[in-house]
Amino acid sequence: MRGHRSETALAWFSPLAVTLLLGPVLAGILGTLLPAFGYFPALGGTTFNGNAWRQLMELPGLATSVRLSLVTGIGTTAASMAIAIGFCAAWQGTRTFRFAERLLSPLLAVPHVAFAFGFAFLIAPSGWLLRLFSPWATGLMRPPDWLTVQDPGGISLILGLIGKEVPFLMVMILASLGQADAGRSRTIALTLGYGPITGWLKTILPRVYPQVRLPVLAVLAYSISVVDVAIILGPTTPAPLAVRLVRLFNDPELALRFVASAGACLQCAVVFLGILIWFGLERVITTWGTHWVTAGTRGQGDFPSRAVAAATFFLAALAVAVGLTSMALWAFAASWRFPDLWPHPWTLANWSQHSAGLADPLAHTISVAVSVTLVALVLAIGILEYEARSGRRTWAGSIPFLYVPLVLPQIAFLFGAQILLVAAGLDGRWGTLAWIHFVFVFPYVFLSLADPYRAWDDRYRRTAYCLGASPRVVFFRIKLPMLLRPVATSAAVGFAISVDQYLPGILIGGGRYPTLTTEAVTLSSGGDYRVIGLFTLVQMSLPMLAYTTAALLPAWLFRHRSGMKTSQ
Amino acid sequence: MTIFRRCILQSLLGVLLVVQLMAAESDWSATVSEARGQTVYWNAWAGDDRINRYLDWAAGEVKRQYGVEVRHVKLSDTAEAVTRVLAEKAAGKTTQGSVDLIWINGENFAAMKRERLLFGPFLDHLPNYRWVDTNTLPTLTDFTIPVEGLEAPWDIARFVFIYDKARLSTPPRSPAALLAWAKANPGRFTYPQPPDFLGTTFLKQLLLDLTSDRKALYAPASEPDYRKISAPLWKFLDELHPALWRRARAFPANGPATIRLLADNEIDIALAFGSEVASSAVLTGQLPNTVRCFGFEGGTIGNASFLAIPFNARAKAGAQVLINFLLSPEAQLQKQDPRQLGGQTVLSIEALPPAVRKAFEQLPRGPASVPPSELGTPLEEPHPYWMDRLEKEWLQRYGVRP
Repeated sequence: MRGHRSETALAWFSPLAVTLLLGPVLAGILGTLLPAFGYFPALGGTTFNGNAWRQLMELPGLATSVRLSLVTGIGTTAASMAIAIGFCAAWQGTRTFRFAERLLSPLLAVPHVAFAFGFAFLIAPSGWLLRLFSPWATGLMRPPDWLTVQDPGGISLILGLIGKEVPFLMVMILASLGQADAGRSRTIALTLGYGPITGWLKTILPRVYPQVRLPVLAVLAYSISVVDVAIILGPTTPAPLAVRLVRLFNDPELALRFVASAGACLQCAVVFLGILIWFGLERVITTWGTHWVTAGTRGQGDFPSRAVAAATFFLAALAVAVGLTSMALWAFAASWRFPDLWPHPWTLANWSQHSAGLADPLAHTISVAVSVTLVALVLAIGILEYEARSGRRTWAGSIPFLYVPLVLPQIAFLFGAQILLVAAGLDGRWGTLAWIHFVFVFPYVFLSLADPYRAWDDRYRRTAYCLGASPRVVFFRIKLPMLLRPVATSAAVGFAISVDQYLPGILIGGGRYPTLTTEAVTLSSGGDYRVIGLFTLVQMSLPMLAYTTAALLPAWLFRHRSGMKTSQ
Repeated sequence: MTIFRRCILQSLLGVLLVVQLMAAESDWSATVSEARGQTVYWNAWAGDDRINRYLDWAAGEVKRQYGVEVRHVKLSDTAEAVTRVLAEKAAGKTTQGSVDLIWINGENFAAMKRERLLFGPFLDHLPNYRWVDTNTLPTLTDFTIPVEGLEAPWDIARFVFIYDKARLSTPPRSPAALLAWAKANPGRFTYPQPPDFLGTTFLKQLLLDLTSDRKALYAPASEPDYRKISAPLWKFLDELHPALWRRARAFPANGPATIRLLADNEIDIALAFGSEVASSAVLTGQLPNTVRCFGFEGGTIGNASFLAIPFNARAKAGAQVLINFLLSPEAQLQKQDPRQLGGQTVLSIEALPPAVRKAFEQLPRGPASVPPSELGTPLEEPHPYWMDRLEKEWLQRYGVRP
């Protein structure tokens, strides 16, 4: 009886999550579609027409912006995928691989914006990399006139995104390796005389790829429509489509809102086009790959490629680490001009000047991230527990549903959502901002928790029942403690995702709830690296702290339980 | 008899005036008491650290003196606040809006005034408005658009170039000299990318110098006239661009970004509104103390920036109390102090009480500032039509590469 009652309560978790998540998305899409076709009464748009689309098409350089978005998205995804796959193929099962695995969590925790700033400072002609060799090796007393950051082709933007997407894809690949029976496949391939990379690509990749396909599409959609990183690293003559749309929406020429809404629809179309192109690429590689796999070539000479695979992966990781270090140094710099390798003089003045300005954004960031993560976690656990007890899959737990907010470009529905929330008198409230964060946090929390949760050995439950325990006791005293590690990890993931959000804070927060991310991008318009460094240092320390806690807390709690040490 | 009548009339008028003044006074005290406890969300561009700190100081004072809470909503573009008010109007939110005060001028003001998004007129209601210099400073019009009491002047700024005299001995003080210098030193000059307001100001400055018909820039123009008048500007830029930083394939985002490039020795001349920007960069150590400002010989653009209250603001009384404080000699003195913000006051210094006047006169000059005489006469801002039109054509010509 008791178990049944709690099951009925749990049954509500899935519809609740679906409503919370799809509500703003659907409403936002409507709020974007109507103005795109001319309907926006407050601006005199009471009839449906195609004027906005005509104006959009006349926008100078629109084709270039669209092409940039596509090239950025596909380039980033293909390169990140190549690096991630290449490294896994070359090094899986080695000590190098285990070392790389340990780097992934901290790399994932780095906020996009923080890395973008660090990377910009690294590769600028007056940046850290060139200072390392100047003037003693290059003879340069002043920086050369090279176009690195914000190059019109978007190469610096792609490189900056790769640094963040490789770790994400690596984690996804790692998660699916177990199901692909990768360890034994590799051993057999090696004994049959295949080179390690060739063997991995021929036997394991075909089983891994279908499992990471959706995360890959999420990366693709994200890099096609990214705004914050593109503002920092992307070209401006012209900018990628998404960046131009944000500017259009913010233009004091208010009639441009129609055009911007049409542009948001176009952005959606561009993402779908990108996905179609990606499917085409998949098809080509599959056809070619099938021949290659069945041809039976052993590829024994692929050992040198291992060095390349390792070099690219560690270079990407190094770029993240060095870029972040430079931002940390800026936070303590009074002055740091080319070609000085180190700040001179050092100072704490930046901190005393900005401690007051940091307090509010810090409080908002933490309060939103913690509450949203907790809600998402409770819902995710509730849904998974319902699935476990009832044996039924729920809608909220289905993969296509969870990927809706991850594949749909943020601007396509956030602009529309803003209008509707204002109409409902819900804009600029803490709860609304948290709600929009939830839309992006929940999928990640659920996805990172689902596999370990579903893999929990159900025999523990049956044993406990036999010993007279109630479902409640089983859940709180046995299952949850045993799953503490994955629960803590997915909490850290959710926290980091929330800290990373930019557009919701700008559009939905109504300026009332600045977060560290929105504040950092805003202050970056001043170009003063001392302030940027300080904000990014604080910003990146939050998810780092979360991941560290997630790693240390179970270890400390289970310090007297040797059986719990090896789990996960 | 006539004298007697005139006396009566005069005293009556005098009484009237006093009554009016008292009424105004009590009106104002009503506003002040209404404001107590309100929270004012002040939307202001936050790309400059000194401005943020000055805003913090003012917020503290207003809290202490009037019990009004002030929150600085940091913007990277003033248009964001305009858009927010518009979104609220679109949603039918005509009271309880989220923006109480905007630091604004130019096209943003023109747009808000045109769309009736502003509260007011309220200027005559502010006791401290009487100190404002409406004769010699451009405080009654904003980019040629009449202010009509809908926004309060707050700051006066001059468009300046910044250079390091240790690296550049004779700065180019005319468009022709700038072009020649840039060609001789390729890659050492750039300007913020329009539509950044400073980048557009640079375009307007060039056009003011290059055109033979300055007066035409103070009104909208017909398309043929526009083509004829703007032609010399595009010819100039076509010649200048190949000699720019990154060969004009990339541009810095805004004024402060050019300062950073100057600090890193990527360029030799930066741009700013107000020489105090350079002074402050010297004081904080971002730029070396050999940095100075210069303007074109024919004068540079000078403009005022303003404070406006949206029509649906929640804390209108609080916003007015804050504006009134910002117009006080105390706050304006603090603002003009180069160790604080260094922005030129909008007050008429001659009209101030002697003690305050003395304090203004005794303010030190910023380390990078030059005497106003060296900057030539201030040129008034052209009509917003020009800003809009030049931005659009610039985007078509240089902002999009195939």
